[in-house]
Amino acid sequence: MARTINKRVLPGFGLSLGFTLVYLSLIVLIPLSAVFFKTASMTPEQFWQAVASPRVVASYKLTFGASLLAAAINAVFGLLLAWGLTRYTFPGRKIVDALIDLPFALPTAVAGIALTAIYAKNGWIGSLLEPFGIQIAFGPPGVLVALTFIGLPFVVRTVQPILEDLETEYEEAAASLGANRWQAFQRVVFPALFPALLTGFALAFARAVGEYGSVIFIAGNIPMVSEITPLIIITKLEQFDYKGATAVASVMLVISFFLLLIVNGLQAWTARRTGRTV
Amino acid sequence: MAGAVATLDARADTASKFEANPATRDSPWVKFVVIGLGVTYFVIFLLLPLVAVFAEAFRKGIQTYFEALIEPDALSAIRLTLLAAALSVPLNLVFGVAAAWAIAKFQFPGKNLLITLIDLPFSVSPVVAGLIYMLVFGLQGWFGPWLRDHDIKIIFAVPGIVLATIFVTFPFIARELIPLMQSQGKDEEEAAISLGASGLQTFWRVTIPNVKWALLYGVILCNARAMGEFGAVSVVSGHIRGETNTMPLHVEILYNEYQFSAAFAVASLLALLALVTLLLKNYVEWRARHTVSEEIA
Repeated sequence: MARTINKRVLPGFGLSLGFTLVYLSLIVLIPLSAVFFKTASMTPEQFWQAVASPRVVASYKLTFGASLLAAAINAVFGLLLAWGLTRYTFPGRKIVDALIDLPFALPTAVAGIALTAIYAKNGWIGSLLEPFGIQIAFGPPGVLVALTFIGLPFVVRTVQPILEDLETEYEEAAASLGANRWQAFQRVVFPALFPALLTGFALAFARAVGEYGSVIFIAGNIPMVSEITPLIIITKLEQFDYKGATAVASVMLVISFFLLLIVNGLQAWTARRTGRTV
Repeated sequence: MAGAVATLDARADTASKFEANPATRDSPWVKFVVIGLGVTYFVIFLLLPLVAVFAEAFRKGIQTYFEALIEPDALSAIRLTLLAAALSVPLNLVFGVAAAWAIAKFQFPGKNLLITLIDLPFSVSPVVAGLIYMLVFGLQGWFGPWLRDHDIKIIFAVPGIVLATIFVTFPFIARELIPLMQSQGKDEEEAAISLGASGLQTFWRVTIPNVKWALLYGVILCNARAMGEFGAVSVVSGHIRGETNTMPLHVEILYNEYQFSAAFAVASLLALLALVTLLLKNYVEWRARHTVSEEIA
């Protein structure tokens, strides 16, 4: 240890690491630990009642189901968009490319009211679907629409750099061995993209699970039908049920940590396969 | 999603290269279908919501629009949003630089764990982010009784809003700087020190110029999120009009009161902020790419 310290030429190690650890602890780690301390103060029955009541379970099903479906939709269309943006030239491509990140930059509340305006009965898309008896806003389909919106950039932005980096030699080799374009895509390009695609999918899913702002306007928030888990936490807080809110939050936190580990693993896999971090 | 600037490279536009090569060129109808589907998806899910914000904002005319913006509660919401961003962005900037310096320039055990922990706030639901500060500073929380006795308000007051904003924007700048500074190594800094520069001189003249685009990129994204955060701030705000309402919360209140035009008017300011953010972000990416290709040449 002493030898490594002597070898340090650059100053500021103690100061920068010390500040990093103190700031991280004060803002993130200590407040987050409060969730687990509060949960630990509950009896197992109290905890189980809070996290497994029918209304809460219905919210898990909606939150995770809609998040999974939204991430899957974004995996398909995100791959399509990434392919179109890297492989083809077409008018307006730069604008499409620049606006892909809109869901990162647009405040979620703004997205929520805008989507509601479009998909409500008298909205631009809602009024087109109304004659067919399809209702998007104020029900579970609205939740799906909002979660699809906020997850849109993830797959595009993880797949795009890999596609740009992919050397043309592989596809040339495939073509010279007699493969058609679809075979080359399926056997050569897709396996190279797959880790990044999965990473983008996981990121979109993780983001969707915790999303609140864009969903609550369009969901209708009907208990047992279109109520997401983050809203359950808010509702419990408004009823001064701090323990119940914290118990549900602890479930969400554990799932978030788990998803974070999966995403880290996927990113390491992508880096090993492509030599590039995403 | 490591730092965007760190992964930029000189080959910015590959599409024409792929289209010129017979082995990577797709048939015209495949191109047509892919672009058609992709652009339709883009228009329905991204472009329409953006256009809808402005269409709804101006639905009742330009006068209603501006009246909604200069109304006292709206102005106070704008002020609070600016204040929250003005406090949280610099704090996270200092943190990001310190964390990147420690992680990129030195070896120490637990480094990977530290990087993961810095990313943690991104995977926490905004609602949970608000809740944790309630548990620490709320009346029922750890410091609640002490704060009440000393007449200090954090929850349902401005400090709580600032804290929640700091939490949700915590990783933005650090995660841009860390991968870039790691890939740059420490040779240049060590050379400067061995030539007699002080630590601070080295930092300002060598390190900062090397990372300035990544730094700016992080600040832009951090600021956008700080001004637009809704869920976390909503939990700790208490929604007191004219006092603890940020712009996104003001949008929600107006919307729930069926003042749709006013809600969309305030929302249109936030949408403009998002557009400016994307514009600046693309400019920074372009400049960073430019710098990289100059260095390679």
